[in-house]
Amino acid sequence: MLSAILALCLLALGLGLLLGFAAIRFKVEGDPLVDKIDALLPQTQCGQCGYPGCKPYATAIANENAEINQCPPGGETTIHALADLLDREPKPLNPDNGEIKPKMLAVIDEQTCIGCTLCIQACPVDAILGAAKQMHTVIANECTGCELCLPPCPVDCIDMVPIKKDIMTWKWSLPEQELPE
Amino acid sequence: MSRRLWKFNGGIHPPQYKTESTGHPIRQADIPARLILPLHQHIGEPAEPLVQAGDSVLKGQLIARANGYVSAAVHAPTSGTIAAIGQYPIPHPSGLSADCIIIDSDGEDRWGERLAIADFQDLSPSALRNLIREAGIVGLGGAGFPSYIKLNPGHDKVIKTLILNGVECEPYITCDDMLMRERAEQIIGGLLIARHALQAKECLIAIEDNKPEALAAVTLAAKEYSFIDVVAVPTLYPQGSEKQLIKVLTGKEVPSNGLSLQIGVVSLNVGTSAAIYKAIHFGEPLTSRIVTIAGNGVSNPRNLEALLGTPMADLIRQCNGQPEQLGRLIMGGPMMGFALHSTDLPIIKTTNCVLTYHREQLPVEKPALPCIRCGACMDACPVNLLPQQLYWFTRSDELDKAQDHDLFDCIECGCCSYVCPSNIPLVQYYRYAKGEIWIREREREKSEQARKRFEFRLERIDRRKSEHGARRKEKQAVTKNRDDKQAEIQAAMERAKQRRDEAVKNATQWQTDETTNKNGKSSPE
Repeated sequence: MLSAILALCLLALGLGLLLGFAAIRFKVEGDPLVDKIDALLPQTQCGQCGYPGCKPYATAIANENAEINQCPPGGETTIHALADLLDREPKPLNPDNGEIKPKMLAVIDEQTCIGCTLCIQACPVDAILGAAKQMHTVIANECTGCELCLPPCPVDCIDMVPIKKDIMTWKWSLPEQELPE
Repeated sequence: MSRRLWKFNGGIHPPQYKTESTGHPIRQADIPARLILPLHQHIGEPAEPLVQAGDSVLKGQLIARANGYVSAAVHAPTSGTIAAIGQYPIPHPSGLSADCIIIDSDGEDRWGERLAIADFQDLSPSALRNLIREAGIVGLGGAGFPSYIKLNPGHDKVIKTLILNGVECEPYITCDDMLMRERAEQIIGGLLIARHALQAKECLIAIEDNKPEALAAVTLAAKEYSFIDVVAVPTLYPQGSEKQLIKVLTGKEVPSNGLSLQIGVVSLNVGTSAAIYKAIHFGEPLTSRIVTIAGNGVSNPRNLEALLGTPMADLIRQCNGQPEQLGRLIMGGPMMGFALHSTDLPIIKTTNCVLTYHREQLPVEKPALPCIRCGACMDACPVNLLPQQLYWFTRSDELDKAQDHDLFDCIECGCCSYVCPSNIPLVQYYRYAKGEIWIREREREKSEQARKRFEFRLERIDRRKSEHGARRKEKQAVTKNRDDKQAEIQAAMERAKQRRDEAVKNATQWQTDETTNKNGKSSPE
């Protein structure tokens, strides 16, 4: 009787020490779930979800403060990926957050630009180049099409244009689905 | 000569339709009035133009140089004037436009300077590769991979076998067949050069046994070289695919996602070999190729040696076809080719066949039916894939699973679609899936980049804020110090004042004392 109790106590102590050691030795920095969610988001940093960037939205989803259907740039693909990751039901995009649009690119009309730098300060990915009272321009490769540069512009010289299709980005389309009988 | 041959899984025997275009010898096509030369006729980066509109060029002159390692130069196919450089429709499944150089020919076909090599044995392999690179030679079998890269296995790789691919397994196409029949000595000449560049031990020339004339001609031309083995392989589609041919000839399998170089084998198309011969022996860059014009859209199907950039409509007319009457135009063969939207498109380095269909004699399109999971596609797949699984994964948008099932090993040969009893266009699903995976991959990379930039920006703003805060604190500290000093001064002044007051007080005291003393002194008196 006593030996059994002793054995179990020793076992519990041993395992407890092991777990305690593991908790310290293999401690994970940061929140892995937030990073996983963040990796699925399109990183446009547009704020259409109601959070100031993709990471804050990811944090909100991880804490179950936000739904998974608030990201218009990510569209259905992102919603499905998030639903898979979090084991939640996929939902259609919340229309309050905006609508799914094809990817666009911001273009500054350099003739109209007055060089006020307001768009440079608004751009979340530093994709606008320029200086005070100098012409500004968008680095096309870095632009995420978030449209955050549009409202601050005092002379409305920024346009969103659709990304041009070319041979390098073209892909085969899915064949028309056959009719199931 | 009997040689052990191996087998690959599956394969099909589609009707050949080859004899239609082998009845006539290769004919030189007419020089067109206007040539359209896309800068991207190969795998890799587009070439970089070196000429401007209005420049006059000679035949063989370099007009666009290779841009990077995987790229190929473009030369003027005939003499004339550069009419324009800009975006024009190119022969591509997308139907989109890309950068092209337009040449108005002067009809004289005057050659520029040509540097012929008397004896290639004097040159080092690397010098030979350079010449082949400068001649803009790419794989003429249809893929368009720059040939000099294939001939550059690297220092540590030993190439045991060099294979010349004269299999030409796809229906209708006969350009390699006719080349082998008529110009076998050029092919052997190119093979000798490639062998020297690679320092390969044995050379094999593979020809399907449905081309006895070509087999005889090449065997005759290769007779004096003991290291060349001309192998007749049994006819089976898609044996002309590099990996399948290597399996048949050597029994070795090219690893998944790998290159044939890794197993010590290099293979070249026979047309590429002839182009290498012409580039070295005559200094002629790649400016023309043999194209099969076939199908029921032309009444006189045959092979034409056409200048690159010649509009397809010109070639169709030279084979007694009417471009306006066509209902469908395909570049390449019926199995792996793709439909084009216009007959004004030019032929490029990879155009081995132009397949035409008269609009009243279009092949019957059978409607696609649901998959019955019969597994016929799996039996036919030469790469041992599970086409049916790939199809279901693609349809349900589970592309990662498709990728796990080796989607990218698919060679898009079309065997699965050919045998499918439900007529499902399986290959198109795989092409879609591959493109979609690439695009998603690119988007992921782009969003990763955006995330880094966003985080960097936040960090910068934070840093600026903290720097700002630190400076303010410093200033405050300075201000505080100043207050302290003021207080000290104040204190000093106060002390001084106090002392003065005291002094004044003392003086007064002293005066009073004196007075008192005086009084005192006087009082006892």
